[in-house]
Amino acid sequence: MNREAVIHPTDKLKVAIIGSGNIGTDLLIKVLRSPYLECGAFIGRNLSSSGMMKALSLGVPVSANGIDYIVKNPDCCDLVFDATSAKSHFEHAPILKNLNKRVIDLTPAKIGLMSVPSVNLEDSLTEFNVNMVTCGGQASIPVAYAIGQTQTDVEYIEVVSSIASRSAGPATRQNLDEYIKTTEDGIKEFSGATRTKAILNLNPAEPCVDMQTTIFAKVKHPDIEKLTGVLAQLVEKIRKYVPGYEIILGPIVENGRIVVMARVRGLGDYLPAYAGNLDIINCAAIAMAEEYARVSLNQTSREH
Amino acid sequence: MANNREILISDPTLRDGNHAVGHQLSAEHIAAYCKAADAAGVTIVEVGHGNGLGASSLQLGESKTPDHIALTTARQNLVKSKLGIHVIPGFATIERDLKPALELGVDVVRVASHCSEADICERHISYSRSQGVGVWGCLMMSHMISPALLLEQARKMESYGAEGVVFMDSSGHFLPDDVRQRVETLVNGLSIAVGFHAHNNLGMAIGNSVAAADAGATLLDGCARGFGAGAGNAQLEVLIAVLERLGYATGVDLYKILDAADVAEELLIKEIPSIKSVSVVSGMAGVFSGFMKPVSRIAKEFNVDPRDVFFELGRRKIVAGQEDIILEVAKELAQRARKGNE
Repeated sequence: MNREAVIHPTDKLKVAIIGSGNIGTDLLIKVLRSPYLECGAFIGRNLSSSGMMKALSLGVPVSANGIDYIVKNPDCCDLVFDATSAKSHFEHAPILKNLNKRVIDLTPAKIGLMSVPSVNLEDSLTEFNVNMVTCGGQASIPVAYAIGQTQTDVEYIEVVSSIASRSAGPATRQNLDEYIKTTEDGIKEFSGATRTKAILNLNPAEPCVDMQTTIFAKVKHPDIEKLTGVLAQLVEKIRKYVPGYEIILGPIVENGRIVVMARVRGLGDYLPAYAGNLDIINCAAIAMAEEYARVSLNQTSREH
Repeated sequence: MANNREILISDPTLRDGNHAVGHQLSAEHIAAYCKAADAAGVTIVEVGHGNGLGASSLQLGESKTPDHIALTTARQNLVKSKLGIHVIPGFATIERDLKPALELGVDVVRVASHCSEADICERHISYSRSQGVGVWGCLMMSHMISPALLLEQARKMESYGAEGVVFMDSSGHFLPDDVRQRVETLVNGLSIAVGFHAHNNLGMAIGNSVAAADAGATLLDGCARGFGAGAGNAQLEVLIAVLERLGYATGVDLYKILDAADVAEELLIKEIPSIKSVSVVSGMAGVFSGFMKPVSRIAKEFNVDPRDVFFELGRRKIVAGQEDIILEVAKELAQRARKGNE
């Protein structure tokens, strides 16, 4: 059955976005385009910020009262995207749990299950709080997972991401250490590698460079054929929610290492297309929310 | 000619030199050279992986000697000289790398970023400062921005608590006037010390260092026999001799630094750095000198001209730390060549 055929606009899942920065505003545009989602509230702290102005111009209900808005207007949403900061999410998570809201956490707070839609979408559906790891994690974990699935004795995986300086806002720059830690944890969890390492380079070249990530692995007996096959399937899945995801090199063995390079070109919604690093985490969050929407709407229609 | 100005000497032989030997310096190497540099009266001896603390990786090459062993060994063999480390945020984190390093007795932390990205250093600089050690900011690949923008970035480092800023000619691209302009701009615009780190791709390392000192820099980097990435750095023992002739006071004993250079040559250095053809191209193209080894290896594997690889990397404005892109560029050049032949 074609599930999409039975969706009516009124059946959409109501979501709220907390955090009106670049990530939150880009998410908003993606939500408004989604056939499964509608935005019940766009919440920040400052009505004159450029994200808020954008939301107002799009006719979306906005608030500058932070989490309090959801506490006072619990019917505004069933699902909350938290695009604030790890520190804020630690405050938001218990409040949203009490309100029985599903949460997709885009901060590195890592309270809930780490979720990468191409790898563990199904497992994530039963969770009430899922964490989207990091931008570099969304780009590299599928490859690390493929390595874990196809190679034996994965001693070490390293991911090196290059992003355009302009795509790294003040929060990213202040939180490089947290980015590294969370990405390393994610790689470890999804690949089973004994040791992991994450490295981030900012490149200021103009015109801005597209986000790229290189995955290196040390394994006992590299099986490139097997890896290539599994990776191709995963990439197909990723491209469903991030069309600009592309393997540009590998898998090859070079200097005793397995090497795979991926490039991520974004959709160019609120953020420019080169900021594939920001786009991929938002696309992953939307893919997650849409799957919740489909599942819950299916259940509702069965109950009827 | 005596001008009696003091110049602090920072010696990254045991850090930058690691680039030249694939990061394979051993604890014995570290012990022997630390003793010699300490005896010579070098102000700061910097130790570690070529890209600094926490940088041992497949991307850049894995260290033979883990950070904690390198630092413990150096600490045991330095009495007068300060123990320094190079720290690049994005590679080294405070919890995993910096904190344990400081516990091992590091005296001076040099927190480095690409020249236009000083704000990624804020937390590492202020953390080091709060721990009571010496802190310098380093702006790498400094030829890629104008003197005015360099000053803007250096001011950020000053505001985070750096007691000095070193700008690095990581590609060996500068000519003496480029260096002079930058030092003057920094000295006039900052209230903290200014230092310079030279590479020798175009044969200018000593000349550029002298230009820096004459323009008001008060810290210079130099390595024994020039032992460093690519074409090497300012050759330390030559720098000391030249500064002595110019009348600068470095506090370094000439005979003993010559002895230290002999120790380095005998024990550490497989091949004395020289300006290879690809190093000239690296300097011209403005690409990090440390790319020489991986570019040469990968160009061979993909059957492309390493000089073309360097110019393409320069065109793309690739920064230090982006060694993975060499593979992509080599692959692309190989494909282009194939298409051209068809």
